[in-house]
Amino acid sequence: MTTSAPNSDRLSPALRTEALEQLLTERGLVDPAVMDKFISTYENDVGPLNGAKVVAKAWTDPEYKQRLLDEGTAAIKELGFSGPQGEHIVVLENTAAVHNVVVCTLCSCYPWPVLGLPPSWYKDPAYRSRMVREPRIVLAEMGLELGEDVDVAVWDSSSEVRYLVLPERPAGTEDHAESDLAALVTRDAMVGVAKVGT
Amino acid sequence: MDGIADMGGSQGWGGASVPTADEPPFAEPWEGRAFALTLLTMGRISGQNLDAFRHALERLSPDDYMEDGYYGRWLNAAELMLLDSVILAPGAVNARVHRNQGEQVEEPAAPEPRKPDYKATAAGSLRTVEAEPRFAVGDRVRAKDISPEGHTRLVGYLRGRRGVIRRILPAALLPDSHAHFRGEDAQHVYSVGFDSQEVWGPDAEPFRLSADLFESYLEADS
Repeated sequence: MTTSAPNSDRLSPALRTEALEQLLTERGLVDPAVMDKFISTYENDVGPLNGAKVVAKAWTDPEYKQRLLDEGTAAIKELGFSGPQGEHIVVLENTAAVHNVVVCTLCSCYPWPVLGLPPSWYKDPAYRSRMVREPRIVLAEMGLELGEDVDVAVWDSSSEVRYLVLPERPAGTEDHAESDLAALVTRDAMVGVAKVGT
Repeated sequence: MDGIADMGGSQGWGGASVPTADEPPFAEPWEGRAFALTLLTMGRISGQNLDAFRHALERLSPDDYMEDGYYGRWLNAAELMLLDSVILAPGAVNARVHRNQGEQVEEPAAPEPRKPDYKATAAGSLRTVEAEPRFAVGDRVRAKDISPEGHTRLVGYLRGRRGVIRRILPAALLPDSHAHFRGEDAQHVYSVGFDSQEVWGPDAEPFRLSADLFESYLEADS
């Protein structure tokens, strides 16, 4: 299997992107207005705020939480979230005893409908290579120290199944409304590299 | 293939990055353009074949994979797919870059495309498989110790390792054949649990590791 090097001259990717867009637009193969729409969707509409709503609902509605853990894709769709990279979503519940964390060692597979596009640390070779080998050390480097009594479970997204972590609800939030809870939930907690704080 | 993309367990990459709050999806405007161009490019070749895209990524030279950032890598793979299907002529993109900078460079003529004669049977990757799953939850299995020439989602670090079927996932088309436009070969998919010390040896951190593996990647471990 030979490798290929389209950018062997090492031109700037910004300039090459502009050139490819021109070439394909001139040939009628892409429409810049459609490109604008894709970009705007992931800049404005689809991001971790979606996942935060799912988590907050699960924290306040036990029946919803059960549906979410049993049939993640359908329960997430109840809130209106579906689409590319979300064909089948499995939700993993973090507890005081078990801490789940998600990685994609082969590329950077990520549950777009609930978390949007992946952040840079998720795409970083250090994360992709080491999370399946020394997760406690990696998590500590990222700011999460886990007790020795916590079981760590690492999920490598190696098929089209996508994983979303349901973080633990922080103590002291018993009186919070669902929308206030959603504001606490971070992208990092829904991948499993952080806990939710107050 | 045993390429640069199969990073699981490889060493020498340094420390993990500390997350920052509210990182935007695209650090610079061109990244968004490269993202959208790549998605549209996939649709111009033979449906949205994500596996063919991932195979293009893993065939990139180490420089093209690493040096242009994540969306630069996408751009390079999109261009490779366009070269493979002869929608673009070799050198066309770089020639246009030079022309855009005012240089007198001749651009290659648009070639006659040779797209794969292939169409997926349905959108997405999930499929129905009539045959019963070969393995049941709790079965002991071994990931095959093979090294395919083409695309595969059988990660290198699990080959030859023993695990347990934890969950039966929806059946899906097989990336190994779909990526090459050779058919779907839909199969059952399993979430397989491995003990970290089975994978990395007795001195490894104790933890549970799960990966999603296609039926043909597995054999019974008796």
